[in-house]
This record gives sequence, structure tokens and C-alpha cells, in this order.
Amino acid sequence: MTTVHIPFLQTGTLAVGGRLLEDEERSVQSQADRPSSLTKGHRACQGCAEALAARWVMDTAVEAADDKLIVANATGCLEVFSTLYPESAWKPPWIHSVFANAAAVATGIAASLHAQGRDDIRVLAQGGDGGTVDIGLAAVSGMFERNDDVLYVCYDNQGYMNTGVQRSSATPTSARTATTPAVGCQPGAPVGQGKSMPKIAMAHEIPYVATATVADLRDLEHKVRTAMSIHGARYLHVLVPCPLGWGASSAESIRLSRAAVQSGIFPVIESRAGELTDVQPIRQRMDVEEYLRPQARFAHLFKPGGEDALDRWRAMAERNIRHYDLLGERS
Amino acid sequence: MREVLEGSQAVARTVARCRPGVVCAYPISPQTHIVEALSVMARTGELADCEYVNVESEFSAMSVAIGASAAGSRAYTATASQGLLYMSEAVFNAAGMGLPIVMTVANRAIGAPINIWNDHSDAMALRDSGWLQLYAADNQEAADLHVTAFAIAEELEIPAMVCMDGFVLTHATDVLELPTQEQIDAFLPGYEPKQVLDVLHPTTIGTMAGPESFTETKYLQHLRFLDAADVIQRWSDRFHDTFGREAGGLVARYDAHTFDRDREAPGANAEDIVVVAMGSVLGTLQAALPELRAEGIPVRLLGVSSFRPFPGGALRDALGDSRHVVVIDRALELGSGGVLTGCVGRALAGTRSRIHSVVAGLGGRPILEESLRDVIRRAHSRDLPTLEFMDLKAGGIPRPPVGATEVAR
Repeated sequence: MTTVHIPFLQTGTLAVGGRLLEDEERSVQSQADRPSSLTKGHRACQGCAEALAARWVMDTAVEAADDKLIVANATGCLEVFSTLYPESAWKPPWIHSVFANAAAVATGIAASLHAQGRDDIRVLAQGGDGGTVDIGLAAVSGMFERNDDVLYVCYDNQGYMNTGVQRSSATPTSARTATTPAVGCQPGAPVGQGKSMPKIAMAHEIPYVATATVADLRDLEHKVRTAMSIHGARYLHVLVPCPLGWGASSAESIRLSRAAVQSGIFPVIESRAGELTDVQPIRQRMDVEEYLRPQARFAHLFKPGGEDALDRWRAMAERNIRHYDLLGERS
Repeated sequence: MREVLEGSQAVARTVARCRPGVVCAYPISPQTHIVEALSVMARTGELADCEYVNVESEFSAMSVAIGASAAGSRAYTATASQGLLYMSEAVFNAAGMGLPIVMTVANRAIGAPINIWNDHSDAMALRDSGWLQLYAADNQEAADLHVTAFAIAEELEIPAMVCMDGFVLTHATDVLELPTQEQIDAFLPGYEPKQVLDVLHPTTIGTMAGPESFTETKYLQHLRFLDAADVIQRWSDRFHDTFGREAGGLVARYDAHTFDRDREAPGANAEDIVVVAMGSVLGTLQAALPELRAEGIPVRLLGVSSFRPFPGGALRDALGDSRHVVVIDRALELGSGGVLTGCVGRALAGTRSRIHSVVAGLGGRPILEESLRDVIRRAHSRDLPTLEFMDLKAGGIPRPPVGATEVAR
């Protein structure tokens, strides 16, 4: 979609830009009777962007599905912090099987509902980057390729945070993790930028692929609503800063998400059937340093010897800006 | 109607008549003919109201079955060997969540070395996965067992594997009489899940259980497994009463002289050598043993139909006063002996029984009648070791094998 990006001063409220919104424009979260699909009592860390994103995603999806939504969850933080027996923080019917199979379990649910003639019930699968980009990739790809009627949401915090912050294939270059320590001649994660799951999803030419962050929750909500208006395999990739894993203050999660977008590191895009259909332009350009410096996992970049890695980050941002025309120079 | 059918075709048609809601398919020899046949039926409409999902791996086959079962559908898949191992994480998970999926295992060896032929290593590797394991002796039983497997699994909320020997059964043609659609509809209750992902009554399935509740969860699973023996026997009896032939049960008893299957056959006598086996080798034994009887060797045959739960009580009853057991093992517990022998040994603990483990037919090695007779003759003359590798080729193999002392002890 083509949207006008204006600053949201009070996300989640009734007003935007000092103007009261019409009812239909208001966010799900602004409503007193919002679904609260991921409800209180869960054990997520303070500042966990995954919990925030999951709540917005789920509430929007539940509303779009008219309360008829079934969720399959991969193993990971989101599962562990929400369902410690005998408690559950989930209001919709929700299932967790194992780490790598959320997409396939969701396929099974969708197949069952179709066989029962219950196509009115929608299916959502979700997992972290480990469960999606690494161990669950085959199942996710299979679900895409079959075009199963599932919305898959990846909450990407760029590492195995639940097990104590180890590297995943979504971990970006030079990031310090428990298995890519900041020592030696090439500190942190090896050269590379992490596997781009949105590009992989687009290569499957599925009906809908989008990326989003918790810095722009209205955009996230819009994308979930768009995804829910479509049938077939859909993929939503949400960047979710992890205060623990990134070594940042709990209060920084939104700011870091914004810096990732505004520096060109995390392009916010939409795609239909493999074609790029929308790119959110950089509104207020930020340097990659503003994204990297608040994160302890990149502390070694700002010490002597860190210049090379910093250059790589700048190059990565430049490449994204060029490739996606994030500064709107071509349009 | 009696017809000539390949084992896989017979299983596929019977499964279709059990009206599964979701069938997941991934090819692996020697199971492939089953899902191929089901794919045709899904296209022709013979398999109605069913979603046939071509998945990208066995791991996803089981995972799709998990999702389908949790959403309220009767779910089915089939696999073998490496495929069973590849899906094993999800196999345990299905049992832990109490999802009554039915899966055909076309038993095949596990590599390395890679080998596509029959033994029981695959299902044995998952013997503690929390699934029922029901073994077919022939293709009629393989087809029939699927009907009772759905009934048993759904009553107990425990998933069930129907194990049939790869190639020996799956690819063999036989004269069979399949249960008709009407018969199955009358026999098999519709699937009514006790726990389901329901938008009107939402539940959370698959929560995390900590040290304070995990033991109790497993204990409850154990109790349900204990219940399973009665339920298996009841459905087997019901099948026998309805169809007039045997399918499954806990153990298979055989007549002492004709070696025909006979549920009324008395327990063995004190002087009897009882051959215990599982799967298609029971047919070979039926053919091989009468000659020994004629020679005056008091030999009896006993089949294990339900390997999980292991029917210790039924086995002891059928053994009667006999304390001399020869177990034909189709899977090896390295360094100790046959897997089935281990279970028989535990069931007979404290009975001072003489138990021989005869490891036979690994990786599709033909099990010859004469070799079986040779083993029994030697057992009779007290010349059979505790652990025997049947038809082990001489040459190139150290004799005595390295570590033989340890194994013999």
C-alpha cells in the first residue's frame, strides 16, 4: 500500500498528529474491548519487543478473524514466557508442539479446518528467528510452497535469546553473542548480514510478505490486517529488539527499532506474489551508529580495531538504501 | 469380497474407509505405495472429505498430523526407517499431547550402512515414544489392524503405529478380504476428540511443565498405557466377533500341532520350547515348525501382537508352564542382544526361564525355514547359546568375536 508516513505522537491512542481519528481508523489497541490475546501474567522481560509485537499482531488478527483464530507457536521465549503450566497467557486456542514445526502444525490445523468445512476459522503460526530462519526453515518453506492458508509471523530478535543469547543465522555481522564472542581478529558474528527471511519468502512468490517493527505499531497492525484479508501463505517479519540479548536498556526497544529503520538497516517493505509493492521511505535519516552504539553486543565496534566492522555496517545500510530506494531518490 | 491385493494397497484402501480427515504423505521405501494409493483415492473422490497434504519431510508429516489431530480431525500418515527417525521429535510430542494419530510403519532397517530392506530396528528405536505398537503377521492383519488401531488410539488418546514388515508384507500380494465401507462405518465410532483447538472454548495445548509437575504428567501417561492392554484386547475381541477373524490383540496363540492361529489354544507345557516372534516371521514359523513336531520336539509358537504396551501378563499366561523360550529378534540392542528378548526377559523376571535371543533377518536377510528349525533343534539339545546370530556368514568375522565373553555373560 502507499501510505503517508507522519509522526505518531501517541501510538495506540485515539489521536494522531493532534487530530481525533475516525472510529474505523483507530487501532485495535485503542479500543476498550480489545481482545488482549496475550494477556497479563506472562513472564517476558521488561522492554521485550517480542511480547509487544505479539500482542499487537494477535489482537489485530483476532479482530480481523472475528474471534475465530487458532495459533501455532514454535518453541522459544514467546512460548516459554507465556505458558508455564498450569498457567497460560493466551486467550485464543493455542498450541505449541516443538521448535521446528510451527509452520507444519499450522498447516495441519488449516487442513483439518478445511476438511471440516470451517474455512471461517483462520490460522496463524509464529516463532522467533531461530524457529523460523534456522531450524524451522524447511517447514516454513514447505508451507509457503504449498500456499497453505496460514499467516506466519517471525519475531526476529536476531539470536537464540531463550537459551542464553547464542548466534542464529539471523544474527547480523559482528554482533557479540554467547557463541560469537567479541574476541580475536574478527570479533562477534562472522562477516555476513544474517539470512534475509523476507527475501526468501518473496522468492516463494506467496501472496503476501511484509516486514515491520515495533517502532511503528500502526504500520504493524495495518500489515496484519492486510495479511488477514488475503488467503494462502503469508509471511510477516517483525524486528523485535531484545534488551537482554542486545545488551540495551529496556527503555530503548522502540528507539532501537526506529533507528534500525531510519538508518536503512531494516527495510520496511510489502510484497505481493514476489513483487515488491511498497517500501517505507526513511523519514529522518539516522547514522548506523545511532542504532549500534546503545547495544552492548556492538560495544567492540567502538573500540580501536572496530572500524572495519563499522564500515561494513555503513555499507550494508547504503546497499539497502540503494536497493530499496529508501530515500525516495528514484521515485 | 476376496480379492488379490498388494499389502500396501490393502492398507491404503482400509485406511481410506476409516475416513481420515487429514492424510500427510512423504515418500520413503518401502512405505511409498501406501501414500501413492491414497493420493489416487484423494483425487478420485474415493477418499472424501479428506485433505491430502504432500509435505516436505517426515518431520512435517508428523507435525501436520499433530496440527490436524489437535484441530479435531482423524489424522493418518505412513513412514519407515530413516523417515521414522527424522520425525522422531514430533512422534514423541504427539504422544505427550495425547493425539490419537495412526501411522503405518513399513518396518525397515536403519543405516548406516544404508539398507532399504526389512527388520524392526526403526520402530524399536522409538519403542519408548509413548505410541502403541501393533505388529501385523500378514497382510490381512495389516489391513484389519488399522481399523482397530483408530478405535483403540481414539478411545485411549494414545497414538498408534501399525507395524508391517517392509517389502515382505508391503510389496507382497495375497488373497485378502478387506472390511467394506459399511462394515467399518458400523464398527469404528466417529472421531470425537476430547481435547481440541476450539474457537468457542479456547484451550492452550502444549504448555511447559516444570519439575513440580513433569513426573505426574509422565505417571498419568504410564497409567493410561496400563489401561491400553485391556482396551486393545477388547477391540480385538470385538473385531473377531464382528468379522470372524483375528486382528491384533495382545499376543497371538497358535495350535500346538497345526500351528494355526487359535485364541483358545492352551498355555504351553513344562517340556515345551516356546518360540516367541513378531511380524511376518510368524508365518515362516507356522510353516517351519510342524516338521519339528513330527521329529518329536515339543515346540510351540507365540506371537507378540502388541509390542507397546508390552503384554507381560498375556505372555506369561500363554507360556503356561514352559520355562524354555527362543525369541526371534528382528532388531539388535548392540552389546546385549535382541530388543524383543529384553522385553520378554523382563516379563519373565524371577521365573528361572531359559531365554535365547536369536537375531535373525537384519536388513532383509531372508529367514529360512531350515535355519529356524536348526536353531530350535539346537535349543532342544541344549546346544543353543543365549545369543545367536542366525546364518552369520563365516569368513572375515573373528571367531570368537571380540567381546563375545561379555555378551555371553
